[in-house]
Amino acid sequence: MLVLCGIAVIVAGFLLRFNPLLVVAVSALVTGLAAGIAPLAILAAFGKAFNENRYVTVIYIVLPVIGMLERHGLQERARLAIAKLRSATVGRLLMGYLLFRQLTAALGLTSIAGPAQSVRPLVAPMAEAAAEAQGVAPGGDRIPAMAAATDNIGLFFGEDIFIAIGSILLMKGVLEGYGIVIQPLHLSMWAIPTAIAAFLIHGFRLWLLDRRLTRAQRSAK
Amino acid sequence: MIGTGFIYGVAGLMFAAFAILSATDRTNPKRFGNATFYAVLAISFLLGGKLGDVGNGVLVLTLVAIAGSGAMGRGGRATTTLDERRAEAARLGNRIFLPALIIPAAALGGTVLFRAVPSLVDPKQATLVALTCGVLIALIAMQLWFRPRVATPLAEGVRLMDAIGWAAVLPQMLASLGAVFALAGVGDVVGKLAGHAIPEGSLIGAVLAYTLGMALFTMIMGNAFAAFPVMAAAIGIPLLVRHYGGDPAVVAAIGMLSGFCGTLMTPMAANFNLVPAALLELKDKNAVIRAQVPTALPLLAVNIGLLYWLGFR
Repeated sequence: MLVLCGIAVIVAGFLLRFNPLLVVAVSALVTGLAAGIAPLAILAAFGKAFNENRYVTVIYIVLPVIGMLERHGLQERARLAIAKLRSATVGRLLMGYLLFRQLTAALGLTSIAGPAQSVRPLVAPMAEAAAEAQGVAPGGDRIPAMAAATDNIGLFFGEDIFIAIGSILLMKGVLEGYGIVIQPLHLSMWAIPTAIAAFLIHGFRLWLLDRRLTRAQRSAK
Repeated sequence: MIGTGFIYGVAGLMFAAFAILSATDRTNPKRFGNATFYAVLAISFLLGGKLGDVGNGVLVLTLVAIAGSGAMGRGGRATTTLDERRAEAARLGNRIFLPALIIPAAALGGTVLFRAVPSLVDPKQATLVALTCGVLIALIAMQLWFRPRVATPLAEGVRLMDAIGWAAVLPQMLASLGAVFALAGVGDVVGKLAGHAIPEGSLIGAVLAYTLGMALFTMIMGNAFAAFPVMAAAIGIPLLVRHYGGDPAVVAAIGMLSGFCGTLMTPMAANFNLVPAALLELKDKNAVIRAQVPTALPLLAVNIGLLYWLGFR
């Protein structure tokens, strides 16, 4: 039971707004000590795992490319392209992106889009341009946050349909540990109902967003 | 064979360049904090395999000390102004989208191509190798097109990196915390607690404990991958599959997807929730989570229903 202190540290640390890196390090120390592991062994275990997980941080190599494109007006061009489309609304745009992200993730193409690759340079400025045409004041958090949320939801509820994704392989491995042998295709098939539900629920919210903006614009006039 | 050495080499050199650019940026009062942080990351990528476990642990402590003491700021190297960008957007037209497409195209094409030549590229790293190649091709293409100074793409990169700051390594730190949790047996304790919480003989009770347990434990760990083996061992396999005769494929797949609903609602899933907020320079760093909760909660309810009606036919 004592090892759960580390979880309490995490929750308290986030609530009290300490620096999250500090909170994580303290939680690792507390958890390790509670389990009777020597401090130096905790440091070694953490260092080993940190080294093995370097691939998580590799994605930032795209930043020089994105930064250069921004320097030459990529975000402004994305805004212009949307402003020219009279029928573009933020809801329709993000619904289209949601479908694109779910379908490509279902084909295993999880790293062709993401917060650094597509949301910051393209999707967020396009969504903002569309929303501004619908009467939203520029500079708020709501529209770019919705763009990032749509990217996550499309990824999470698309990728499990692909048979060679990490989570499917993990499930297969865990089940085999209990003597249950299952084909990856069988697992990925059962991800489809939830994927459809995710599209319907999030798509409905995007439709509601459009409707609210239209009503607000009408009553303002 | 081309694999992690190539990928980490490129990343390490980039962070080394970020460190030099930060150290020489006099507009940033905290420039040495940023420079040290990026230098440590460069060492990790270039030499991490040779430092030993304790050595890597010391690198982590250095990162934590810099971030925890608030020693990082944002650089102020000149980039283009909004007016200049608008002029560029008008001048270049839609051609500016072409270099943006190089990375996804290379990631897609390279993944397919490299899997066909397993002797040349490590098949497990095919996508990351392809992504790295895409970045290098895009940089070369833009060098030929825009003819900037060599340091310009790196200076633009460090501008975005500074916007993310220490949050960039939070996902890697949380993954490492997961390893310490596993070593200490946190999962087993949580699994036992969840197992005790179920009323006996109630299928819907077991389904609720399993799916909500997946979501909650994922919120704590920031990762459904850490939660799945624990909840499968505590409830999924012994109760849902063995006792109630559920279809193991449905139990596993929908359990994992219930965990993903938890991922949408927690700051612990930093790479999905906090990093985008930093990257988009949002005022509220929980704004992305706020935007996701109204989708995550009904979807979790749908998952509970799907498992209950599809899993036990």
